[in-house]
Amino acid sequence: MDLSYSPEYEVFRDEVRDFARDFGDRAPPAGDVREWQTLLIAHGYAARTIPKDYGGYGAAPDVLKSRIIAEEFIAAGLPMGMSGQGISMLVPTLLEVGSEEQKRKYIAPTLRGEIVWCQGYSEPGAGSDLAALTTRATEDGDDFIINGQKIWTSTAAQADMIFCLVRTEPDKPKHEGISYILFSMKTPGIEVRPLVTMTGRAEFNEVFFTDVRVPKSGVVAGRGLGWMVANATLKHERGMLGDPNQAGTRLKAIIELMKEETVDGSRLMDNPVFRDRLLKLQARVHAMEFHGLRLLTSRLKGEDPGVAGLIVKLMGCELNHQLAAFAIDALGELGILYGGSPHLRNNGNWQWNYMFDLGLIIGGGTAQIQKNIIAERGLGMPREPKAAKA
Amino acid sequence: MEFGLTSEQTMMQESINRTLERECTLDRIRDRERSHWQMYYIINVLSELGVPGILIPEEYGGLGLGLLDAALVAEALGRYVAPMPFVGSYVMAPLALTGAGSEKQQRKYLSGLATGERIAGVAVSEQAGGARDGAGITVKNGKLSGKSLFGLDFEEANFFIVADKFGGLHVVDGYAAGLEKVVLTTIDVTRTVGVLNFDAVEAEPLSSGNPQATLDRMIDAGRIMLAADTLGAGGRMIEKAVDYAKERKQFGRVIGSFQAVKHLCAEMVAELEPCRALIWYAAYAFDAFPDQARRMAAHAKAHTAEVGTFVARTATEVHGGMGFTDLLGLHYWFKRIGFDRQALGGPEKNRHDAAVAQGWIGN
Repeated sequence: MDLSYSPEYEVFRDEVRDFARDFGDRAPPAGDVREWQTLLIAHGYAARTIPKDYGGYGAAPDVLKSRIIAEEFIAAGLPMGMSGQGISMLVPTLLEVGSEEQKRKYIAPTLRGEIVWCQGYSEPGAGSDLAALTTRATEDGDDFIINGQKIWTSTAAQADMIFCLVRTEPDKPKHEGISYILFSMKTPGIEVRPLVTMTGRAEFNEVFFTDVRVPKSGVVAGRGLGWMVANATLKHERGMLGDPNQAGTRLKAIIELMKEETVDGSRLMDNPVFRDRLLKLQARVHAMEFHGLRLLTSRLKGEDPGVAGLIVKLMGCELNHQLAAFAIDALGELGILYGGSPHLRNNGNWQWNYMFDLGLIIGGGTAQIQKNIIAERGLGMPREPKAAKA
Repeated sequence: MEFGLTSEQTMMQESINRTLERECTLDRIRDRERSHWQMYYIINVLSELGVPGILIPEEYGGLGLGLLDAALVAEALGRYVAPMPFVGSYVMAPLALTGAGSEKQQRKYLSGLATGERIAGVAVSEQAGGARDGAGITVKNGKLSGKSLFGLDFEEANFFIVADKFGGLHVVDGYAAGLEKVVLTTIDVTRTVGVLNFDAVEAEPLSSGNPQATLDRMIDAGRIMLAADTLGAGGRMIEKAVDYAKERKQFGRVIGSFQAVKHLCAEMVAELEPCRALIWYAAYAFDAFPDQARRMAAHAKAHTAEVGTFVARTATEVHGGMGFTDLLGLHYWFKRIGFDRQALGGPEKNRHDAAVAQGWIGN
């Protein structure tokens, strides 16, 4: 156990601090998002480990440096680079299994924010059982003709392109008949309908495909290999859900809330019931923060963290939701306000988070699916016997 | 930056685990007729690995290691519900002596502890958990009067470290005139606890350094040890539950293939695993960042106690009716976790202390 950083890393930390001081005024919202992104890539604070040939900075992977960048950006209140699904999911997938042509064509403009992507995975009948998807792509010369529907597609309305899972071989077993394909959202036959959720906003969309003609050259890795490609991408998605930094930020806000809010003239912090609940959550936040450090060290050493690595999504998403739920309880009747109500606290973000987090608990593999993964992969428990085919 | 154990620490824990796997069998734990003998046997076996002297400076024959090392020992002891008087005798008492004892007192007491030949009881319950039933020790002309409840590592203690009402620390001979010892029956037969009644008992004050700060350090360290003990006991209960679920058949299949059972096991491990990082950090902070020690120790203790309670009941439930019986011996772990939860202050008291340590409220 040694929580200090070696001199090499302290020098790096100073560099990041210098950057924050010298360029912080060019960050959004004051500065332009794309210019900020370009600046970050040039200094290696975005697209850090992506090869120069594909528009990245080309540094060797170093999780400690990534962590230092994150720490210093949070401390300086600066936004990190762009984080759309194109950057966080498609780029790593193309780097892993894309063709040279696909890499050259898509990675650099995606990193610069010139191509906005959306993800076409889930369908109304294929959620946790994603491989049951039925959107079909039938061959027609050099093209596929796509028919079907996707759901939970965030940014579909703004997206230029989609990375989409389609069934190309309907006769094959369900995991083997899927292809992963890239195509333009401007293609005729695509209709995007906003999907309003319980938060009252349309964070997602439904996307309908009617005889959408797209070139076969958009297939990544090869026909019928879509399931393998999607799993490469899902790994990156699950890594992002349940981030302990977010829980830490929320906890700090709740501590401030408890010190500031008064009921009948007493601070919430002086109410032993609420204080005890706050302390319970503080211990959980610490536990997840240190758990994250433990996993970081495992990664640095190239060790398999085992079951410890499988619990982050489940516990992290649940903790974030509990924090929002607690803040609302602490607000009492103020907690029922929403929208632009007078007396609303924190712009209604606690209420929005409380609702939206339910979506995060369900998305990216529901809590129940996560528990199956922990039990089966982490504890070696037997799989549920398959239901007999009807 | 490395958040994890060194290879030496991993090796030490593995060797203690191996020794306890061999020596601290369920038969030994069950042997109530000869429980004292069994306790001495375990002390003896672990003395060969240097366990009693883990925190004692090398000049007094100890290993001079840190609290994280001690926490790894505590985890192993919890894992095997070992009847070792560790938390009081070999963690809190050495810290009392090194923190507030004179050089002469350290020389007098530490080497006997380091070899495991002597056992020190620790009576600080009133300061850690709050005074019940009128307990409390007063000092007059250097002599102690009153009573202290829930002295740890009680029964065979050669001497006691006792805290008075004003935060002073004293060493009292186990056979001092005017000292009455009453052993208390608890749920956990692997530890001994008792009441000390003092009637003008001769005592040696520990008054070098800062006794009040030393008392706080002892309690923090003890709390971290109890949390680590629960981590070990809880981890073992999960293993037992998973193993049982992989073997036991009902409705023509092993119960571990039922999602309801799988989810119970997944929930246990998902709750317990982050406690490990919390305890490691608390133990490391005890030595490296003393200003965080009180808060982190209280959080480690309270949170692990809550999770431990959940694991203890859930693992028992996974065993079905068998878990409830004496046949499997699962209840030794269940009760050990129950003991760890209340000793040195329950979760609510610990969380209160964490709030005070952060200046959220007054004392």
